[in-house]
Amino acid sequence: MADLEELYREIILDHYRNPRNRGELDPPAIRVEGFNPLCGDEIVLSLAVTDGVVTDVKVGGSGCSISTSSGSLMSAAVKGKTVDDVRELLATFKGMLSVGDEGEHDPSVEPTPVNLRSLGELAALQGVAKFPVRIKCATLSWNTLAQGLDEIAAD
Amino acid sequence: MAAVTSLDVATIRKDFPLLAQVRDGKRITYLDSGASALPPHQVVAAMATYQETTHANVHRGVYATAERATHLYEQARIDVGRFIGAAKPASEIVFTKNCTEAFNLLAQSWGLANLGPNSAIVLTEMEHHANIVPWLQLQTRLGFEIRYLSVAEDRTLDLSNLDQLLDGAALLSVTATSNVLGTVNPIAELASAAHAAGALIAVDGAQAVPHASIDVSALDLDFLAFSPHKVYGPTGIGVLYAKAEHLDAMPPFLGGGGMIKDVRLDGFLAADGPQRFEAGTPPIAEAVGLSAALAYVSGLGLDAIHAHHRSLTTYALSAIASTFGDTVKVQGPADGPNRAGVLSLTVDGVHAHDIAQVLDTYGVCVRPGHHCAKPLMRRLGVNATARASFGIYNDRDDIDLLVEALQATVTMFA
Ligand SMILES: Cc1ncc(COP(=O)(O)O)c(C=O)c1O
Repeated sequence: MADLEELYREIILDHYRNPRNRGELDPPAIRVEGFNPLCGDEIVLSLAVTDGVVTDVKVGGSGCSISTSSGSLMSAAVKGKTVDDVRELLATFKGMLSVGDEGEHDPSVEPTPVNLRSLGELAALQGVAKFPVRIKCATLSWNTLAQGLDEIAAD
Repeated sequence: MAAVTSLDVATIRKDFPLLAQVRDGKRITYLDSGASALPPHQVVAAMATYQETTHANVHRGVYATAERATHLYEQARIDVGRFIGAAKPASEIVFTKNCTEAFNLLAQSWGLANLGPNSAIVLTEMEHHANIVPWLQLQTRLGFEIRYLSVAEDRTLDLSNLDQLLDGAALLSVTATSNVLGTVNPIAELASAAHAAGALIAVDGAQAVPHASIDVSALDLDFLAFSPHKVYGPTGIGVLYAKAEHLDAMPPFLGGGGMIKDVRLDGFLAADGPQRFEAGTPPIAEAVGLSAALAYVSGLGLDAIHAHHRSLTTYALSAIASTFGDTVKVQGPADGPNRAGVLSLTVDGVHAHDIAQVLDTYGVCVRPGHHCAKPLMRRLGVNATARASFGIYNDRDDIDLLVEALQATVTMFA
């Protein structure tokens, strides 16, 4: 079961069992909901941005090990970063999973050669690329985050 | 009644080439017939023979092949009608795209003509979205009331307020078997209660028709919908049975060719009978495949199929309970005659998606998710289950492997 171990790395199981930054923030932090209609995963993301910096983020909702750990890893990775850096991280993360601009996994597209080191612990999710149906689980929190950043930018 | 013979699974499996495949060194253990049952070779062959020897459009040509195609298509209608005990098999069966479209037809045709701001219909909390969303869509246009029978703690329907809910209702639309819980609902009792209250009854037979014989005349059903691809037939075709007295009064649903008697620039006259609801070229090869599928299951005997599924269900429920205690829960009623072979599994601390993923490494195919029954999932307080569902080709070895794979899942996430 080599493949499974690639998917369920220790870091992922750890973030699944003990998700970081659980909960919700009070306004003026914004609240964004994301759904994965395939499996019923739901995420509620609270996001506080001040002067172009993500000052705090919390993750609520419920999901599978991949979506929960991805949300947890993401929350730890983006806190304290500038919005621009977060967007760059998002692009790198999606590149690792061969997810195109339309948000769809395209197996014909070679994974973008990404600097895995720039992803830190997030690189633990790279095994997901081999499980196309699970990619939506790994990107749910990130897509929800992007939606939140767009909402803030539109204000 | 003829004696119930048991199924010879080893022989049956030979008709399903998919099951003979080995993928990554593992054979495929297919426990997802509730989503779609595999078509046997006989169904595939009947469709291929039709395509290669008799392909033509129906109801139009006068040449021999077209006439033969029309005959096969209309014969399929009669076969379906007989299979479910319709009093007028040739004129009470409408072919749709799937079970979901059958409910849309019912809502947009019968519903639009018979419901209004002061009417009410009764559904249940355990319905598939196919029997909820079309009514919600129509409700936004017509403003009628939708009442719901609730799911009791023992995961059967709570019928204590049935008469109250039916009071003044025009329709009770209910699933015969829950695709999540495996609950087999008391359709005969529900039909007579509906009729006593002056309501009609529509039944979602998607999960029931593949497992036991349903006789629409004996049960006195007004409508029955089901999906042939869950009865070992092809995808791309669905069935709506409507009692002739209702069907003949229902306005058309989709418009176009095939469903008319006459068309002028300022109006049209709809065709009579089932054709009124079959706009455009219908699923002809699929109808031929459906006939073959019904012949196949009839050959095995629905009583034998039912007994086979009952015995697998009892075996699986007791194997899971004795192996896992409370760690693995099966969402649904306790074992018994009204418990179908649909096992929705939940494991505390392990998401259904992860269960299904680990099971896949054993070649065990189950379905994770909400199974298009989100209101029911909310009622159960879970956001997903991993569902194993049985078919005629499953045996106890399949269940033993399921248990072994579940054990690995529990170990991995413990
Ligand atoms: C109870 C029930 N109703 C309706 C449907 C819808 O069937 P289909 O997707 O073929 O339209 C299904 C299957 O998904 C079902 O299980």
